Amino acid sequence: MRFNRTRYLTQGIAKFLIWMAALSTIAVMILILFQILREGLPVLNLHFFLNSPKNMGREGGIFSTIIGTFALTGVAILVGAPLGVGTAIFLREYTRESKISRIIRFGTDCLAGVPSIIFGLFGFVFFVIRLNMGWSILSGGLTLAAMILPTIISTSEESIRAIPPSYREVSYSLGGTKWQTITRVILPSALPGIFTGILLSVGRSIGETAAVILTAGSSLVMPTSLVSPIRTMAVHFYILAREGISKDMAYGTGATLILLVLIINMIAQWLIGRYIRHRT
Amino acid sequence: MQFKEKIIEKTFLLIALSSISILALITFFIFEEGFPLILKIGLKAFLLGEKWIPSKGLFGIFPMIMSSFWVTFGALLLGIPLGLACTIFLSELIPPSVGILLRPAMQLLAAIPSVIYGFWGLIVLIPLIQNYLGGPGLSILAGSLVLSFMILPTIITISEDSLKALPPSYKAGALALGATHWQTIWRVLIPAAKSGIVASIILGMGRAIGETMAMIMILGNAVKMPTSFLDSARTLTTNIGIEMGYASGDHRQALFATGIVLFFIIMALNTLAIFLSRRRAH
Repeated sequence: MRFNRTRYLTQGIAKFLIWMAALSTIAVMILILFQILREGLPVLNLHFFLNSPKNMGREGGIFSTIIGTFALTGVAILVGAPLGVGTAIFLREYTRESKISRIIRFGTDCLAGVPSIIFGLFGFVFFVIRLNMGWSILSGGLTLAAMILPTIISTSEESIRAIPPSYREVSYSLGGTKWQTITRVILPSALPGIFTGILLSVGRSIGETAAVILTAGSSLVMPTSLVSPIRTMAVHFYILAREGISKDMAYGTGATLILLVLIINMIAQWLIGRYIRHRT
Repeated sequence: MQFKEKIIEKTFLLIALSSISILALITFFIFEEGFPLILKIGLKAFLLGEKWIPSKGLFGIFPMIMSSFWVTFGALLLGIPLGLACTIFLSELIPPSVGILLRPAMQLLAAIPSVIYGFWGLIVLIPLIQNYLGGPGLSILAGSLVLSFMILPTIITISEDSLKALPPSYKAGALALGATHWQTIWRVLIPAAKSGIVASIILGMGRAIGETMAMIMILGNAVKMPTSFLDSARTLTTNIGIEMGYASGDHRQALFATGIVLFFIIMALNTLAIFLSRRRAH
C-alpha cells in the first residue's frame, strides 16, 4: 500500500509540474504578444498604413515597407511553390524509395536546418553580386524561395500522401495518363494541404530579416520594378528598434507584423485541422 | 504519348533536384568566398585566434565560437526541460476541451518572427537583468532565455511526432501491467521515443546556433571570451549580421569564412539528427 501511495504521489507531482511548465510557456508567449500589441495598436490607423516613412522612419507610416514585404513574398511564393509542389509530386508519384529519392530527402532536410543568415550570405554573393541583380526584390525573393522550399515540399508531400490510393486507381482504370491523373486528381485533392504550406511560407517570409537585409537591402524609396531595392516591414522594425529611431513607429510596425503573421497562421492551422488531420 | 510522359517525368525529376542543387550552390559559394582567407591566414589562426580587429587584418573567431556555445548551452538548459514538458503535455496530458485552445496557442510560438523575440528581450528582459543582476543587461543570459523559447517549436513538434509514431500497444501494455500513467510516460513512452527526442534537441541546438537578428539585439555584441552569463557576447551569426553591411575585401571574406564554420557545425548537427530519426523509422 505504501508503495502505491508514493507511486501516485510521484505521478501527481510530475503532472503538476508539467502543467505549470506548459501553462507558463503559453503565458510567456501571450505576454510577448500583449506587450507589443498594447503599445503598438494605438499607433495603427489608416494614416500609418497609407503613408510612407518620412525622416528615416521617425514620421509618416509604413506604406512602402508593406509594398516591399508583399512584393518580396510574392516573388518567393511564385518561384518556391511550383518547385516545392513539383518536388513533392516527384517524390510521391514518380519514384518509390530509391537512391535518388533519398538524396532529394537528405537535401531537403538539410536545407530546412540551414540558418537564415547563411541563406543571406549565399543570396548576397550569388544573386546580388554574381548574377548582378543588386539589392533588389528579385534577389531577396529568390533567396526566400530557397528558404521556404523545405516547408512547401513537406506540407505538399504530406497532403499528397493523404490521398487514398483508390483515387489514382480509378483514374488509371478509366484510361487516364499519369499527367492527367496528376493534374486532375492528385493536385485538386491535395490543394488545401498545398495552400496551407504556402500560407506558412508567407508567414515565414513576412517575418524574415537576416536573409532579406543582405539581399533586398534596406532602402526606403518606393520600389518601381523587380530590380528595385526595398525595405520590408521586418527589416524596418529591426532598424527602428535597434537604432532607437522611434519607439512609437517601432511598436506600430511590430504590431502590424504580429497581426499579419497571427492571422496567416490561424488560417493555416484551421486548414490543417480541417483537411489534413481528418484524412490521415 | 509515351514520349510526352517521358518528358514530363524528366521535368519533375529536374524540379525535384532543386533543393539538393541549392544546397550544393550554397556550399560552393560560401566556400569560394570564404576559403581563400582561411588559406591566407591559416586555419589555426582563424579558428583559435582570440583577436578580431579587421582594420589590422586580425581575424580570430575563437571568442565567437565560444560565445555561440555558451548561448546555445544556456538555451538548451531551459529549452530541453520546457520542451519535453510541453511535448508530454500535448501528447498525453492535455484534456480535449482545453486542447483546441492551447494547442494552436503553442503552435503560434513558431510563427512569431525572430525580430519580435529580440525586441521583447530588449525591452523586458534586459532592464530586468540590469536591475536585479547588474551589469549591462545585454548579455548571454538574456540571449539564452530568449533562445530557449525560440527553439521550443522545433523540440516540441519533432518529439511529439516520435511519440505519436509509437505503437499503441506500448502504452496499453504498460498500463495493463499496473503501471501508473506517469510511469508509462516516463519509463516506457519516453525511452521508446528516445532517438526522435534526441534528434529534436539536436535540431533545436542548430536553430539556437543559427539565430541571428534576435541575438544582435540582445547580446551586446562585444568581441571577447565569455567568462560569465552576464557578459556581453558576439556569436558567429551576429558577427556576420553586424559587419556584412559595410565589409569589403579581406574583411568580407573573413565573414564568409565565419559562415563556413557555422555551416559546418549546422551540417554536422543536421546529419546527426537525420541519422537518428531514420533509425527510428526502421
